[in-house]
Amino acid sequence: MFGKLTLSAIPFNVPIVMGAVAFMVLGAIAVLALITYLGKWKWLWTEWLTSVDHKKIGVMYLILATIMLLRGFADAVMMRSQQALAYGSNVGYLPPEHFDQVFSAHGTIMIFFMAMPFIIGLMNCILPLQIGARDVAFPMLNNLSFWLTAAGAVLVNVSLAIGNFSRTGWLAYPPLSELHYSPGVGVDYYIWALQISGIGTTLSGVNFITTILKMRAPGMTLMRMPVFTWASLCANILIVAAFPVLTVTLALLTMDRYLGMHFFTNSLGGDPMMYLNLIWIWGHPEVYILMLPLFGVYSEIVPTFSGKPLFGYASMVYATMAIALLSMLVWLHHFFTMGSGADVNAFFGITTMIIAVPTGVKIFNWIFTMYRGRVRFETPMLWTIGFLITFTIGGMSGVLLAEPPADFVLHNSLFLVAHFHNVIIGGVVFGVFAALAYWFPKIFGFRLNERIGRWAFWCWFIGFYVAFMPLYALGLMGATRRMDHYDVAAWHPLFIVAAIGSGIIFCGIILQLVQLVVSIRDRELTRDVTGDVWNGRTLEWSLPSPVPAYNFARIPVVRSLDAFWDMKQRGVNLKSATFVPIHMPRNSGTGIIMAGFAFLVAFAMVWHIWWLAVAGLAGVLVTLIRHAFNDDRDYHLGADEVRRIEGLHGRVQARSM
Amino acid sequence: MSNGPVLVQGGSLALKPGYADHAADALRDLRQRGDAVDFAVEHHHDVASTIQLGFWIYLMSDCLLFAGLFATYAVVQGHTAGGPAGSQLFDLPSVLIETMFLLFSSFTCGLATLAMNANRARATVGWFAVTFLLGLGFISMEVREFAHMVAIGAGPARSSFLSGFFTLVATHGLHVTCGLIFMAVMMVAVLRKGLTEQNRARLNCLSLFWHFLDIIWVGVFSLVYLFGVMH
Repeated sequence: MFGKLTLSAIPFNVPIVMGAVAFMVLGAIAVLALITYLGKWKWLWTEWLTSVDHKKIGVMYLILATIMLLRGFADAVMMRSQQALAYGSNVGYLPPEHFDQVFSAHGTIMIFFMAMPFIIGLMNCILPLQIGARDVAFPMLNNLSFWLTAAGAVLVNVSLAIGNFSRTGWLAYPPLSELHYSPGVGVDYYIWALQISGIGTTLSGVNFITTILKMRAPGMTLMRMPVFTWASLCANILIVAAFPVLTVTLALLTMDRYLGMHFFTNSLGGDPMMYLNLIWIWGHPEVYILMLPLFGVYSEIVPTFSGKPLFGYASMVYATMAIALLSMLVWLHHFFTMGSGADVNAFFGITTMIIAVPTGVKIFNWIFTMYRGRVRFETPMLWTIGFLITFTIGGMSGVLLAEPPADFVLHNSLFLVAHFHNVIIGGVVFGVFAALAYWFPKIFGFRLNERIGRWAFWCWFIGFYVAFMPLYALGLMGATRRMDHYDVAAWHPLFIVAAIGSGIIFCGIILQLVQLVVSIRDRELTRDVTGDVWNGRTLEWSLPSPVPAYNFARIPVVRSLDAFWDMKQRGVNLKSATFVPIHMPRNSGTGIIMAGFAFLVAFAMVWHIWWLAVAGLAGVLVTLIRHAFNDDRDYHLGADEVRRIEGLHGRVQARSM
Repeated sequence: MSNGPVLVQGGSLALKPGYADHAADALRDLRQRGDAVDFAVEHHHDVASTIQLGFWIYLMSDCLLFAGLFATYAVVQGHTAGGPAGSQLFDLPSVLIETMFLLFSSFTCGLATLAMNANRARATVGWFAVTFLLGLGFISMEVREFAHMVAIGAGPARSSFLSGFFTLVATHGLHVTCGLIFMAVMMVAVLRKGLTEQNRARLNCLSLFWHFLDIIWVGVFSLVYLFGVMH
């Protein structure tokens, strides 16, 4: 009846896990109780969970990403503290089978459920506003994408309480991830969580490409698009090109595990190295899917806070496209040690090094934008400068790793771990925080507390260096990644320093949470009444904050790059005297219901509960068909209602003029 | 896609009674104030062509999914691990008949589209019904082939080659099955509501999907079956 699922799947005898589970369950109960107490269920359902408004979907992505950041960071703290302790006779507090789940969950969560929701959330919140659109091309699909991602995230967290998570690292290399060596449900949780969230991501990619190509305001030619929009376009092209390969790779592993096939086994013709090739054909573009949108973010922030147009707009666009293309041609550098020979390794080593060229173009463009500008060092700019320094160092260690002979020595060492954290924290995470500080007033209508934001930045910045520079040294000293215990005396002090670094980052995260609470408390003091808090250049700043559901009461006609800056220069009146009804999509429960059924399918597949999987699949299909026959999908927001909302923001011109 | 500002036209809005008057008023007001060049009342986005572009992008991603499976098959096709090879398993005449089912179904799908463009709802449904039956014939022949192979001990778990074969061909078969469900739903939709704007947009997607699967099958037929019997 319940497949492999029995009560013994709940790890009652592991106090650390049960503590975390209790924390999660109590937290969930507290939230549910609070909603019930406030009587907000109906509001939550109609205003948020079923919303097809890209801005609300964006906010839900950001909330999901923030929660998963805390979860992933808890894993990081556990790893750092274990490695600070587990030297010589001390075995630390995490047994190997638990430690292996922790590092697997950390990587999986941070990439798929922290970084991806953050960037897709930012695109949702900002991208349609930058191109003068009233929504994305397919609003209902957007809601479905979010809920599929959320369903995957829930599945990863369920694995903590019921059964266990994968112990095979964030990419689940076979043959270790094959049934023979990983007979439990851990790898299955990993596969199905990534599969459903991956489908959500692919659909997001389709949606955003269509939005950018079809929904731009009149006059906004491709070369007048803001750089964030450009970078997002490139990232979404990469999503559509790369994620199907992830789907295939995981599906083949699923076939091996569920139907006894032999794609990646060591017997009957299977080839584990084929998995490495396939997963990295997705995996390398993936790191640029994360990085490119944030290059776009920096390209918005630097001009705004330097009071100058971006230096080299066209070269920025071409560099972004070049990186997107090159990212497809470097996958083999993740396993030079496979032994594909000097020629193949040289090809991939060179393509990898070439990526440093367009990236260098970008770095110089940002620096030249600041040159002789009036730079305002507010938090978005602090994160940006932190990025410029940190990412450049990380990029250089990457070029070093791109040399196959060096890579043979450094492969799978902590040097590599230091390198990719250097670029991902320095590039992606700092970029997300810069973007949040920058666009928070646009999204929520009030600013984040500046002073606490600065403290948080310095904790993260210093903490990063204290935590990860020792890892470079450890890697050169021969320390490999993913060790739950070691016996080398010389390593111990460096691991302790790294743990202290993670403690400093922890302070940064606490400060960010405090910043959020204080900012909400003081929101009346920092309310954004103009809609243009930073003296911005792109169209989102021409709108009131928070942005009304329909975004633009009138569609702006774009005449140049930095469209809003141009409007300000020409003294264009943002107030309007006449309003017309606006065509709006109706909210829909289809997305959350379909994702709910998809979650059931995934859970049932993990535990081999076949009837439930079939029932869930039928549920997905029936929900989809019901939606297809629903004609009540849109409505018109009346002109008077538009006038009323615009009036709240002081955007109505008296008729007498 | 229209790049110029369309000051009055409002996509599907323009179809609503009363809206055009409203928009014309608004336009006149804007002109009087002299700032019509900075703002458009509405910007026309053609819904049908947006859906079509989105569907094309989805199809391209699906195409890459098949590219991954084809590449995998190319790697493992020699890995028979002492088991049967393609030349011992494939029954080419039978596969040719199967292929003809699918190719003719693409033809009838094209006839259905022509009927749709001629505004003939019943003929559209009729040709899709023929397409559906041909697709069903294709699927049943494929299932029969699979069942036969499993019965003689050449199932997907026998060797890496057979894993690759079953996964690639069955993924195509699964797509065709989804296409059949899509088609059944659309036939009901057309019978109930006629050839509405929305149904037309969806039928266009369906026909794109069906032709796309045909193209994939041409790849399967050549690379898997024809090359398979050569080895």
